[in-house]
Amino acid sequence: MKIDPFANHASALKLRASRNEVLAGNIANADTPNYKARDFDFAEALAAQQSAGGGGDTVRLLKTQPGHFGVAAGAASNPTVGYRIPSQPAVDGNTVETDIEQAAYAENVVGYQASLNFINQKIRGLRTAIKGEI
Amino acid sequence: MSLNRVFDIAGSAMAAQSARLNTTASNLANADSVSGDPNKVYRARQPIFAAEPSFATSLQAESASVGVRLRGIVESQAPLGQRYAPEHPEADENGNVWTSNVSTVEEMVNMLSASRSYQSSIEVMSTTKELLMQTLSMGRS
Repeated sequence: MKIDPFANHASALKLRASRNEVLAGNIANADTPNYKARDFDFAEALAAQQSAGGGGDTVRLLKTQPGHFGVAAGAASNPTVGYRIPSQPAVDGNTVETDIEQAAYAENVVGYQASLNFINQKIRGLRTAIKGEI
Repeated sequence: MSLNRVFDIAGSAMAAQSARLNTTASNLANADSVSGDPNKVYRARQPIFAAEPSFATSLQAESASVGVRLRGIVESQAPLGQRYAPEHPEADENGNVWTSNVSTVEEMVNMLSASRSYQSSIEVMSTTKELLMQTLSMGRS
């Protein structure tokens, strides 16, 4: 039996929220000269986070001796953010393409709501199991 | 919580775009201003946007998102217009008046662009608000 049924969706929600922030920054800077649009690969970041210890702060290793090595569990919570390759760069050095950013933003919001839905369903299922009635 | 930071980002963008709309309004209003002294003529004003925090700092920092900062407003250095109008009360000794260097077409384009960007930021803000509200009611449905 899994210990934390929400772990995957909880870390997915976290990543979706930070991607939301990055994309909001892109949309906000659509008219800023020399701004370069940024994004990160959600699937890759989620895989990295899961391989680093399933959710980040569920299990933590204690360092009781000065010789103990730290485990890079927290490091994976910050996805590596890259720059988007523009298809039509502007003369002022800005690489934000508002329509692409808005599409990515919408996709990200839907992903967030999907994860939220899964968590809600899980909670409902657990509640039904606890109550023993439908 | 990083969703809350989106409000700051979108808010800064809206503030910057509304400053841009303000300069556009003032430019359009003064598009036909004239003066006898070329130093006193109205010159088109343009806002300068910058990303905040700047790229160099935000690359190392844990947050990759940046808002917009209004770095300043500059006056356009485009050449002024000159018109021969000896009957004008402001005319100089040669009978010339100087007209502002506002380009009405440019200002209209600026206005459209600013209002579209403002709308996008509002959309981002309301979507994020919806997400936050749904997150708050998690497990209640």
